[in-house]
Amino acid sequence: MKWPAMGYARVESLDELWRVLDAAGPEAQILAGGQSLLATLSFRLSEPSGLIDITRIPALHGVSVTGGTLRLGALTRHADLGRDPLVAAHAPILAKAAPLIAHPAIRNRGTIGGSLALADPAAELPACVVALDATIVVASRGGERRVPAADFFQGLFTTDLQPGEIITAVEVPVATPASHQTIVEVTRRSGDYAMAGLAAVLAMTADGRVDTARLVFFGVGSGAEIATGASAALTGASLTPATIAAAQGALADDLDPPGDLHGGPELKRHLARVLIARALNPFLASAEQAA
Amino acid sequence: MNEIVTPKSLGLSREDLPNSYIGRSVPRPNVRKLVEGRATYTDDVTLPRLVHAAFLRSPHAHARIVSIDTAAALAVPGVVRVFTGADLAKVCDPWVAVLAHLKGMKSAPQYPLPLERATWQGEAVAAVVADTRAAAEDGVAALAVAFEPLPAQVDMETALAPGAVVIHPELGDNLVFTRTAETGDVAGAFAAAHRVVEATFHTGRHTGVTLEPRSIIADYNRADGTLTVHHSTQAPHMMQNVFATQLRMAEGDVRVICKDVGGSYGIKVHVYPDEMAVACMSKIMGRPVKFIADRFEAFGSDIHARDHRIKGRLAVDAEGRFLAFDIDDLTGIGPYSVYPRTSAVEGNQVVNLCGGPYAFANYRCTTTVVLQNKSPTCQYRAVGHPIATTVTEGLVDLAAEALGMDKVALRRKNLIRDDAYPCTSPAGMRFEGLSHHASLDKLLEMVPVEKIRADQAEQRKRGVYRGLGFASFIELTNPSPFMYGIGGAKISAQDGCTVRMDPDGSLVALSGVTEQGQGTEAILAQIVAHGVGVPVSKVKVVTGDTQTTPYGGGTWACRGAGIGGEAALQSAIALKEQILEVAGAMLQAQAASLDIVMGEVVDKATGQVRMPLAELGRIVYYRGDTLPKDLARELVQTRHFITKEYPFAFTNGIQASWLEVDVETGMVKLLEHWCVEDCGRVINPMLVDEQVRGGIVQGIGGALYEHCIYNEDGQLLTTTLADYLVPMAAEMPDMHVGHVETPTKESLLGAKGAGEAGTAGAPAAIMNAINDALSPLGARVLAQPFTPDRILRALGTIA
Repeated sequence: MKWPAMGYARVESLDELWRVLDAAGPEAQILAGGQSLLATLSFRLSEPSGLIDITRIPALHGVSVTGGTLRLGALTRHADLGRDPLVAAHAPILAKAAPLIAHPAIRNRGTIGGSLALADPAAELPACVVALDATIVVASRGGERRVPAADFFQGLFTTDLQPGEIITAVEVPVATPASHQTIVEVTRRSGDYAMAGLAAVLAMTADGRVDTARLVFFGVGSGAEIATGASAALTGASLTPATIAAAQGALADDLDPPGDLHGGPELKRHLARVLIARALNPFLASAEQAA
Repeated sequence: MNEIVTPKSLGLSREDLPNSYIGRSVPRPNVRKLVEGRATYTDDVTLPRLVHAAFLRSPHAHARIVSIDTAAALAVPGVVRVFTGADLAKVCDPWVAVLAHLKGMKSAPQYPLPLERATWQGEAVAAVVADTRAAAEDGVAALAVAFEPLPAQVDMETALAPGAVVIHPELGDNLVFTRTAETGDVAGAFAAAHRVVEATFHTGRHTGVTLEPRSIIADYNRADGTLTVHHSTQAPHMMQNVFATQLRMAEGDVRVICKDVGGSYGIKVHVYPDEMAVACMSKIMGRPVKFIADRFEAFGSDIHARDHRIKGRLAVDAEGRFLAFDIDDLTGIGPYSVYPRTSAVEGNQVVNLCGGPYAFANYRCTTTVVLQNKSPTCQYRAVGHPIATTVTEGLVDLAAEALGMDKVALRRKNLIRDDAYPCTSPAGMRFEGLSHHASLDKLLEMVPVEKIRADQAEQRKRGVYRGLGFASFIELTNPSPFMYGIGGAKISAQDGCTVRMDPDGSLVALSGVTEQGQGTEAILAQIVAHGVGVPVSKVKVVTGDTQTTPYGGGTWACRGAGIGGEAALQSAIALKEQILEVAGAMLQAQAASLDIVMGEVVDKATGQVRMPLAELGRIVYYRGDTLPKDLARELVQTRHFITKEYPFAFTNGIQASWLEVDVETGMVKLLEHWCVEDCGRVINPMLVDEQVRGGIVQGIGGALYEHCIYNEDGQLLTTTLADYLVPMAAEMPDMHVGHVETPTKESLLGAKGAGEAGTAGAPAAIMNAINDALSPLGARVLAQPFTPDRILRALGTIA
């Protein structure tokens, strides 16, 4: 299918964006990497009055560390997450997630801000930022506000973004020596949306005790799903095969997955349990891994 | 071997026979054009006064079309006209896809756009023509079509049951075709058997997913009453006949031009109602109309295939000899049999091919073809073969387990002996010459079975489940008129080639077979260069134009090399003889004492150069006055070829798959794949190997990924490449290809088809490998695609 006819404007600054947004009206759409939006246009699933291209706004670019915070501009491409040394050092889960996101051509264009704003339930990055307890920085003509990632996502393709607001940055608390971050997923083919995926961020003491655990699933619900029970089952305990099994057992109350083309809810529940072990086994003391 | 001189046949090196191209991996002359984006696909063609069509497609699997209000659509800027089924029926006769030799077959008349009812979700029901495709889609969005949804018959298993929705009431029921055949004493063989194994197999409905979607421009010229169709098709002459017949025109007034085609796989050899609608609209409007299917509508309007349920039984004696196969095949084909090849051929082929590699005496088969409210199915690459191979080889593995016999040993015991030919299978297939045992031996040279078995045992101790699976197969190629012609279809089994020499000594070959990206033109150039004696760079090949190429069937069912190649070889040899006649007259030598090598006439005995072909061409074309008056000097020859001795040239082969099943997730990881096949004479080894690899990949698609999934209402759920999973490079294993060459004696060239071997055997090899991997866990899967869900269910992990 061909796109419907629509307007297009490219803005160079946030101030210009606010002006153009006002002029364009509520039917206009923000265009960043376009890797989901353009496909919906091609299906005529959405027919915005126009596209406002924000990719040249300098303030939305860049990766930096200030104090204990890693700041990722909203226009940080997936490919950048995979090769930026600051990301690798301070939020390794994002570097690990990058190669799991679709294919190179998509990673070269897709942006973290776009992925978070879309809130696809099978996407990697929403789960990662929730697991990291990151903060989403949003801005509008009226100013800036900061939203904890867990509050930002409100369900299927739904976020806390208000009309006239865009994501400007993501702020992530930098990893400490206690941080253990990983992401695992099951896909039919490399680059596919996950049948089930898990972003896990743990703080562990040197002797293997879990201080905090955030297990966040994707592809098994309406969004980034925090596995509260499974996370609690780990917290305060030493990470052992037994506590991993306890976390798997606690999952039953954490997830209520819908079926999809790959199978029914039971398949997703099962895969989620498998993923807990695959994510956490590498964090076991080496003696226990061998056992 | 047949008497074509090749370096191999003479025991010489290539340097000794410099223009010997048959059997050489010559680069494809058209490949640079394709990779540089300089090909001419149908969508690249623009014509003056061109308009574009878009279709409103039924959102219902079955619905009455109550009304079509076109007023708003006609008001959309750029929209030129709107057409309904009734509008097009005025200029186009409906078609009924049956073949006379499939006794009792029935189907309903099909129109370009339906008159009263939509019978599958995705069926085009109205068309909008506009200045651009985007405007046409705007028009479609503005069309107001009132549908009255009707109950849909979705499940093929209940299509004949009491209470089924009869899709075409005038047919009485949903039965398209059924046939039961029996050879020998099947009941007796089963009664006397040492062991009987049986299973029910399912193959998943899937589709071709050509890189270039279906594309057509129809251009009716009122001034001279001609219709020129630029068409992405495999069979230009067949389509010429179809357009002429249905649009009530003289065949000579229709020209079909088919330049570059971006993949076909059998998808583009059928009559599609939306494409017929484009021809109708051009005829009515008197201007060129273009339609390019987009990916979304392709999933619901390209033909599907392989939607089969097969119950199979195999009886074996105590020594492991096969006594009898009993096969019951059911397939749902959508609401219409597809014209003109029909949708009963796939099921018929399944039961013709089951048990095919093996020697046994007793065979019973039933095929049942029913209507349903899903996309129509028809012939797709390796028609019926992967299904028959899956059933046969699945039963063979079950028998090996029941007997406690090695799976390779059981195959070796039962494969038809290499010295048993010619022979006829219990299903009635006549085999001229196959090489099952030589192929098995060659495969076992390539597959390190002992090493693999040792690794398998070691890995199992670690909870890693790997499996090795085998699948022997036969493949039907070089079809004679027994495939379609005897049934009344105007589908040519013969094909022709014209080869001419131009003044500069270069050659032009015009062939009725077509190129869809597989390299047809490359092998034709090789054959012609070899046959005449010129460098391959001196040969230009023209295909895909009904007005300039000899009449032929096109490329399908594996016939491009075997039929089109032989026609090219014969016309090249005839041209060479003609050139040497002229050369003899000019050089005052006996033609028989001369030869042509690398574009020069030489003395055959000494190799001494006597005259370049360019000089001969100069004399013939510009100074014909210097030649003897009665000398025939037409440097152009045409030959046609058709197989006469056998209905089909069967090929054979065997594949092996080595893979790992993740028993926690149900994911299958392909580790390595092997195929040995015998396509007769190999013209271009690299092209054959890549055909085999591409075929294997398509077989892997059916085995693991590709599936047209419908919900219970008949809604197709897999309409994007994110949902319909085609096999991708990252998941593909290393594939090793080997050859045994048993040329057919029906032709000098000796070539049989190679395009479908990979697809024919790969799903069965993978199924057997998965079940080998799962065997310690007592699990087995028989329904394709073998998804994580199905594997975890077989393991009992999920219910």
